[in-house]
This record gives sequence, C-alpha cells and structure tokens, in this order.
Amino acid sequence: MAKKVIATTSLAGCFGCHMSILDIDERILDLIELVEFNKSPIDDIKTFTKRVDIGIIEGGCCNSENVEVLKYFRDNCDILISLGECAIMGGLPALRNGIPIEECLQEAYLDGPTVKLNTKKILPNDAELPQLLDNVYPCHEVVKIDYFLPGCPPRADLIWDALVALITGSEMDLPYEVVKFD
Amino acid sequence: MNKTIKLKIDGKVIPAEEGQTIVQAAHSNGIYIPTLCNFEGAKPKGCCRMCTIKINNRYMTACTTPAADGMEVENNTAEINDIRKSIIELLFVSGNHFCPSCEKSGNCELQALAYRYEMMVPRFPYTFPQKGVDAKSPKIVKDQNRCISCKRCIKTIEDEQGRKYFAFKDRGYKLEVVIDEEMAKTMTDEIAQLAMDNCPVGSILKKEIGYNEPIGTRKYDKKPIGSEFEV
Repeated sequence: MAKKVIATTSLAGCFGCHMSILDIDERILDLIELVEFNKSPIDDIKTFTKRVDIGIIEGGCCNSENVEVLKYFRDNCDILISLGECAIMGGLPALRNGIPIEECLQEAYLDGPTVKLNTKKILPNDAELPQLLDNVYPCHEVVKIDYFLPGCPPRADLIWDALVALITGSEMDLPYEVVKFD
Repeated sequence: MNKTIKLKIDGKVIPAEEGQTIVQAAHSNGIYIPTLCNFEGAKPKGCCRMCTIKINNRYMTACTTPAADGMEVENNTAEINDIRKSIIELLFVSGNHFCPSCEKSGNCELQALAYRYEMMVPRFPYTFPQKGVDAKSPKIVKDQNRCISCKRCIKTIEDEQGRKYFAFKDRGYKLEVVIDEEMAKTMTDEIAQLAMDNCPVGSILKKEIGYNEPIGTRKYDKKPIGSEFEV
C-alpha cells in the first residue's frame, strides 16, 4: 500500500495543535511508517510537490494570507481537517470580532499599556504585510472542510485515532475523554 | 402520598407519582432527559427546549409537562437527539462561547451537553454578537457573551428578604440578565458562590477564583452530564 500523504499548516493559530500532533509520542514512529509529510512546518516544505490525501489545518482565517493558504490547501488536498478550536470557530483570535480593526491596531500599537518603543506612532503599513480581515473566520466558512477535531489543543489520542481511522479506512470510536473544547 | 401512575419512555414502563413532571419521573427511574434552564427547586419554565420529547407525535418540554397515566414518551431517539443537538449548536453560535478562555470550562453544562451529543462543529454560522462584560460588582463578574438567558439566576438567587439580585432587561434580541447594582454591593461570598454554581455556563463568575481546578478533575472531564441519573 502506498503511503498516504499528509500536509499541515498553521493559520491564525499558536502552533499548539502542531505540538499536540507531536504529543502522540513514540507512535510518531508508527505514523511515519503509514504516511509521508508534504507541505508542513514540520519538514519545512513550502509548496506542494504532489497531490495530498489529508490536509490538517490549525487556526482560523484572520488575514488575506490565511485565506490564500487555506484555498491552496483545499485545491491540493483530498480531505481537509479543521484541527482545534481556532480552525473550528476562530478561537481566541476571534475575540476581536465585533471590534473595528482600527481600534484593534490602535490598542496594539499605540495606546496599549505595554507599548513603549513605538515613539513615531506608526501602525504596520508595509505593502508586504497581509491585509487583516474584518473578522476572524472559521475555516469552514471559507472553504469546504471535511472533518473537525475539537480541542485546545485537541488531545493527541484524538488526532492519532482520527489519522489511523482515515488512513486505514476503519471506523473511529470517540471515547468521551478525548473530545474536549479546552 | 400521591397516587402512583405508569408511563412509558422509549417503550420502558416506569412508575411515577401523580404531579411529577416527566423529567422528575424519568430521572428518578434511571432515565436521563437533558435539561438546561430547568433547576431543581425552582419553577420549571421550559424556555431552553433542551428537554424536548415527543408525545402523540407532538413535541413537548419534559420539564413542564406533568407525567400522566398511560403516556407514551419518545426520548432517546435519533430524531429527538438531533433536535437537542441543534439547540446546543444554536446556543453556541448565538453567543460568544470561547471555551478555552472560560473559567467555567469543564464545569459548564452547555459544554457538557455539547460533549454528550458529540457536537464537533455547529451546523449554523457563527454570529459573534457584540456583548458587554459587567465587572462593577465587588464579588461577581457578569459576562453577557456567555449568557443563555436561562433565568436560573433570577429564579434562585435572592437575599434573606426574598429580593432578587438579577433581572431581565430589554426584550427580544436585546434581552439581557443584569445585576441590581445596589444589592450587588452587599452581596456575600456565599451568595456569589451560589450564583456562580447555579449558572449553567460561565456568565456569572465569582471574582478572584480563576482557573482553580486542574484539567482532568473537573465535573464533566471524565463522565458525561446525566450519567448520575442513568442506571
């Protein structure tokens, strides 16, 4: 059986979900028997080099680059998984939803109690920077997502069980203890 | 003692006392019917619809419907469970429920119901409404982002003279549960704790507690909500 191909990315996330993938401990040795990684921060491959079976998305969409990467994943992956609360519902970055972007930037770069060094009072304005979206969006409100694994981060056992079920085509049982939102 | 009657829930015949609601009858016979706005000791209101059941092809709320002799109730069926799941999902998208940043996480009834009904993602779009947080009271914080307007605090939190600490303000989508600012100034620690405990979500929090229970030891970490009723 050919190895399944996996790709991962972190959009507006904290890399905690990726840490949780690594938290499967020595089972990672079994995993590399079953799969190969393509575009992922784990192996630092920047662009897709082949068709991918399973794409794992951490984080929601807070800027134009996130949307671009997410669409790039959708185009190149057969199955997309939203991994963790941020991908599923925006998560903590979505706390800014409802607050105008100008106010957010003002607070972060000018008025915040920890702002000391920005003496020229500059808001980030480089043309290279991705544009912030009006809200932080869950991934499934931008592209079609096939599976959702909640948690902050999702438990390593949940990720492991889901990947094994997807790779081997077996049914997944969801023990009560592994599906949690925090 | 009241007359004993018999009713059927999902085909199982159970005894009940006349005057008991269906929820009370089910729970005392090892059958779980999920509830959210219902609170033991307070008058049932039937507003959250979590306890939706089917009798004679009609949807009813089990917390307000009295058990009757010969009644046949559909409770744990695929159809009813999906209705309940959709109610949970609607509650999640109509507020701002950020579980990872909520002190009540793990002890929250709404979250526990979502676990029990295996909500992976709500089928409805998130609304992210703009709501405020009232932290003026010395003992408690009232976070409107998490409030589900179940009225449990209004019904159960009173001072020794029977005056209520909480009340509804406005109507329709603007409806909010607010604190009586004057009374909140003299709120005791015990009342503040009770208000936090009686709130099914993290909308009422006692100040200066934070995350005091480690993950794994909280109320709904290991056992689903309702397992205390089930045989």
